[in-house]
Amino acid sequence: MADPVQPPSPSPTSPQIIGPGHTFATLTDKISAIVLTQRTPLFWYIGFGLSFLLVLVLFYCIAALLTVGIGLFGVMVPVAWGFAIVNFVWWIGIGHAGTLISAILLLLRQKWRQSINRFAEAMTLFAVACAGLFPLIHLGRPWFFYWLLPYPNTMGIQPQFRSPLVWDVFAVSTYLTVSLLFWFLGLIPDLATLRDRAQRRVPRFIYGMLAMGWRGSAVHWHRYEMAYLLLAGLATPLVVSVHTVVSFDFAVALVPGWHSTIFPPYFVAGAIYSGFAMVLTIAIPLRRLYHLEDLITDRHLRNMGVVMLATGMVVAYGYLMETFTAWYSGDVYEQYMMMNRMFGPYGYMYWLLILFNILIPQLLWVRRVHSNVLLLFLIAISVNIGMWLERYVIVVVSLHRDYMPSAWGMYSGTIVDYGVLAGSIGLFVCLLFLFIRFLPMISIFEMRELVHDLGEQGQTARSTE
Amino acid sequence: MATIPIYGLMAEFRSPETLLHAAERASQEGFKRMDAYTPFPVEGLAEAIGFSRTRVPLIVLIGGIIGCVGGYFLQYWVAVLDYPLNVGGRPLNSWPAFVPVTFELTILSAALAAFFGVLALNGLPMPYHPVFNVEQFELASRNHFFLCIEAVDPKFDADATRKFLESLSPEGVYQVDS
Repeated sequence: MADPVQPPSPSPTSPQIIGPGHTFATLTDKISAIVLTQRTPLFWYIGFGLSFLLVLVLFYCIAALLTVGIGLFGVMVPVAWGFAIVNFVWWIGIGHAGTLISAILLLLRQKWRQSINRFAEAMTLFAVACAGLFPLIHLGRPWFFYWLLPYPNTMGIQPQFRSPLVWDVFAVSTYLTVSLLFWFLGLIPDLATLRDRAQRRVPRFIYGMLAMGWRGSAVHWHRYEMAYLLLAGLATPLVVSVHTVVSFDFAVALVPGWHSTIFPPYFVAGAIYSGFAMVLTIAIPLRRLYHLEDLITDRHLRNMGVVMLATGMVVAYGYLMETFTAWYSGDVYEQYMMMNRMFGPYGYMYWLLILFNILIPQLLWVRRVHSNVLLLFLIAISVNIGMWLERYVIVVVSLHRDYMPSAWGMYSGTIVDYGVLAGSIGLFVCLLFLFIRFLPMISIFEMRELVHDLGEQGQTARSTE
Repeated sequence: MATIPIYGLMAEFRSPETLLHAAERASQEGFKRMDAYTPFPVEGLAEAIGFSRTRVPLIVLIGGIIGCVGGYFLQYWVAVLDYPLNVGGRPLNSWPAFVPVTFELTILSAALAAFFGVLALNGLPMPYHPVFNVEQFELASRNHFFLCIEAVDPKFDADATRKFLESLSPEGVYQVDS
């Protein structure tokens, strides 16, 4: 019953992007079985349950914020942007890797993206959803969030389009919408597969409605591929613009430590860095728990490790140039900011950041580390923590001592701050658990295409031997 | 001829290469109204069944232009016409500050045009279609490849077309009830 096309057998020296012996049928069955026929494993219930508890913490904290007010956060002049903005920038950065994998690597024809793009895109959606939550609850009166949008109103006022904060509203909501469209367009053929594979009526009906009658017509595929490619082309400049606009929130202000032209490129690199770390953090347990080592292979992990190392070096260069510029500018406030950042009351944050974000990831230079899955996982966790600390250092440490010593102050997060942070992580994990249970976490049709392409290459290689 | 109206005849293949070959043969035979169904996009198949141009790029371009012009005008209307604010004597139409939102709305509008454009051109959502009547067709989303010659084709003849499809060495030939 085997299909005529077979991927070439892997050579022992370079791990392949797909395990041996896979055909169109085995791929389809393996990936769709996770959703349709396999018993939901015990770890799913445990993981979903625990993350849902954190979601309840989030709901509790938000309810408290809505009823009592923003004073429950630790924010106070001079540090008016605390955890909420730190978390916002952190989450939105994490989202960037999903778009990078699905769009930029598609345009660069990197075939290894095909087994990781689906859940990376899902990760983007959930990370942006978590990110979007923070500016909203950080508004003094969140129920007036729609005042951010321009519409004719009885108050006779309008948003200020010269402000990066308004740009942010448009950038983040566009990013969320385009990520959703891109992800759903990619899902349509796989939803049709689930519709055709489902045995029971209810899943068949639901997947059938979501697939919208997709039947794999050659004409449809032709248009579909064109639209997918164009969306990738649109998402690529978008992903760069989103974190650029986020960095403008800081760079346009005059606070020492924020007012810097290096911010846009260094924020975008940091976003990709933290995003790849999060993809690795998710991919490593996922492939182990669902036995997907032949689809998400060691080659994928190695490639992601290399991307992490490269973007990490860009981030390190950013830190170095910030320090150099502060010294070279001759500006006493910039110089003081840098000294305060390193040796002030929050100095330990800075050195932890250097440790987690710069020093530990240097292990990725060692080739043996790439094949050590546990170590790779720990490095990814380290980068996740490091990037959060980076945003903390930028937001809080810059604000707490700016120009006037009489206006200096200290900041620390309250229990509600930590509750919302933990709750947002819970929301993210909870949504991911729902996603892997109800939707195919690996793009089935793109994997079939990959098997076909690799089979063709293998055949031509054999015929020319 | 048949008393029950049929949608067409469908042949089943096991590999994209045999399907592509069959589609080219059918095209040479002079069939115009046909479609191929595959579990993943097969290069050259749309061209083989006589479809090569798509209006998707044009729709996306129009969407992008609407977003760009509309986005800029939205800000112009807010900042110059509806709610002019004098900020340190700077011009009301301060266009460099309007670039980011114009850009975002261009992308948003083009992406919406791409998504809804491809759905509209493909005639989706369409939960029902005659090809789903063929029992084997559920493998079209797994590992089998189908070619359907539709009854509306001027050259279509139930017996002759079936003979032709059988000559392409398919797994099977099925009648598609409408």
